[in-house]
Amino acid sequence: MKILTLVRQVPDAEARVKINAGSVDLEGTTLVIDGMDEYGVEEALRLREGGGGVEEIVALAVGPKRVEDALRTALAMGVDRAIHIETGELLDPIALSRIVAQVAQAEGAGLILVGGQEADWDSQALGAATAERLGWPQLTWTNELQLEGDRLTGRHDVDDGNESFRASLPAVVTTQQGLNEPRYPTLPNIMKAKRKELRKDDLATYGVQPTVRVVNAEIQTRARLNRMIDGKDPQAAAEQLLDLLRNEAKVLA
Amino acid sequence: MILIVAEYAGGKLAKSTLEMVTAARESGREGPVTVLVLGQGTAEIANAAAAVADQVLVADLPALATYNAELWAAAAAQIAQEGEAHTVIIGGSRSGREYAPRVAVKLDAPYLEDAIHLASTGTALQAQRYTYLARVTETVEAEGPVVVVSVKPGAFAPAAPLAAAGEQYDVELDLPAARVEVTGRSVEKTSRVALTEADVIVTGGRGVGNPENFSLYVEGLADRLGAGVGATRAVVDAGWRPYAEQVGQTGKTVQPKAYVALGVSGAVQHLSGMGKSRYIVAINKDAEAPIFKVADYGIVGDVNQIVPALIEAARK
Ligand SMILES: Cc1cc2nc3c(=O)[nH]c(=O)nc-3n(C[C@H](O)[C@H](O)[C@H](O)COP(=O)(O)OP(=O)(O)OC[C@H]3O[C@@H](n4cnc5c(N)ncnc54)[C@H](O)[C@@H]3O)c2cc1C
Repeated sequence: MKILTLVRQVPDAEARVKINAGSVDLEGTTLVIDGMDEYGVEEALRLREGGGGVEEIVALAVGPKRVEDALRTALAMGVDRAIHIETGELLDPIALSRIVAQVAQAEGAGLILVGGQEADWDSQALGAATAERLGWPQLTWTNELQLEGDRLTGRHDVDDGNESFRASLPAVVTTQQGLNEPRYPTLPNIMKAKRKELRKDDLATYGVQPTVRVVNAEIQTRARLNRMIDGKDPQAAAEQLLDLLRNEAKVLA
Repeated sequence: MILIVAEYAGGKLAKSTLEMVTAARESGREGPVTVLVLGQGTAEIANAAAAVADQVLVADLPALATYNAELWAAAAAQIAQEGEAHTVIIGGSRSGREYAPRVAVKLDAPYLEDAIHLASTGTALQAQRYTYLARVTETVEAEGPVVVVSVKPGAFAPAAPLAAAGEQYDVELDLPAARVEVTGRSVEKTSRVALTEADVIVTGGRGVGNPENFSLYVEGLADRLGAGVGATRAVVDAGWRPYAEQVGQTGKTVQPKAYVALGVSGAVQHLSGMGKSRYIVAINKDAEAPIFKVADYGIVGDVNQIVPALIEAARK
């Protein structure tokens, strides 16, 4: 069985996001492999190490040239090879799922792992849209996963708690915190990763157009009052805070 | 028509459904606002929906007794097709955002996810949404014979009842078999207000010290204020509190009138879940804690001293 793991490259959480002429400008921003996707890469490796009958793990990324770095990270963590569909085009998750489904089919993948919510477009749609295109079931927000033959079992979060599940491959699993602790690539593995296959693929062969246009982007920080209350006298501070919440902000009865 | 898929919990129509009705009416899209109720034994929910909608479609079926992404997607897509909906609105809950993309793919429609504002411009539907860990507000647009939208909880005002209740109709569905088998469920029940519905939220971070203090201070204050209880990931990872209470990038997104953060540092991943709250209150012993940058009211002090005083003062 082959696992396809999807990788996005996003700004480091602590990095400043800049806007230029109505769109997000990542020039000069520190970019990393999305933490949510990293859980997916790690889980693929663990499923193989756990004897789940995993023949090959392939990482896929769609994006500009720089996205190679995220794929190299995945290769250094231990995936076998990578596919990079190089494009500067902004593809929304519904459009992107069309590419992922085609790659999954061409590769004969039985399991797709992808982050539950990407930190660039704050979207949870890619896993589900891909599953629908392939006609596969999906397990989202997974925080525990086992694979035996083509049987998947595990646990995932739902609206009001969590569920244990059972499903058969092929399937799409979206990953999140708690699933595992991603490993750091070691120096020898980083060196080895340089020799692993990183295939370039042409967007044109997939016949995909964006379905959503970005019209504008802005950083809207709400002006905060930043009013500090002296905490030296806890009683007085408590009374003053309640008074402000009741009579100034009017958010408490 | 505009098709809204109802969200409900505990046998009651969720506030998010009323918010979706407002989103539909504010979107500038034409046609009757239709609510689809999927489930079993949903009469009460359908009645509540009828109070705010032009019409209600009810699929009361044993197969829909529990939520399932593939079934919900199939049902919503079928009804959207039969009813020639040009807009399908789904809740931005975890489950809503799980099956909405499937509906979009089934309908070959674009998908505007987690919208906080909707407007029509010419032939396009425009949505505002947050991106980059909620640090950016993006305006996106899409067009097509049908557009699928999910709506962020708390972003729209709940719709008020109409003068006359909408008509209710039963609908037939051709559903696939469920392929994901649920073998166990653990519902994280709380006697308190649900986080996404709460007007006030009291959240505890690692600075609260330990699980006992969390009960004493965070739950204690929440009870005084009739508030929901939230937690940071640090607290959830430490096993003090259930994941259901986690606020942030990988937890819930909340937008209450007042958010009270006790012993919370204010990491970006946490801010992305609560940064849009109307008023933010922070109590932290470190004057340099990043949470103070986003706070409206801040107290530099020890939660062990300030919070008991607050609970005491709130009693009056
Ligand atoms: C991919 C990813 C996703 C994440 N998702 C989330 C998420 O969804 N939600 C989330 O919350 N975090 C998330 N995080 C983690 C986040 O980065 C922070 O680690 C976390 O929010 C810190 O929690 P905290 O503020 O409770 O703890 P700490 O950072 O340990 O801060 C504790 C604070 O309490 C103060 N304090 C200590 N003692 C006292 C006292 N006696 N009185 C008053 N104040 C005191 C300290 O000054 C400090 O500011 C995520 C991280 C990653 C990498």
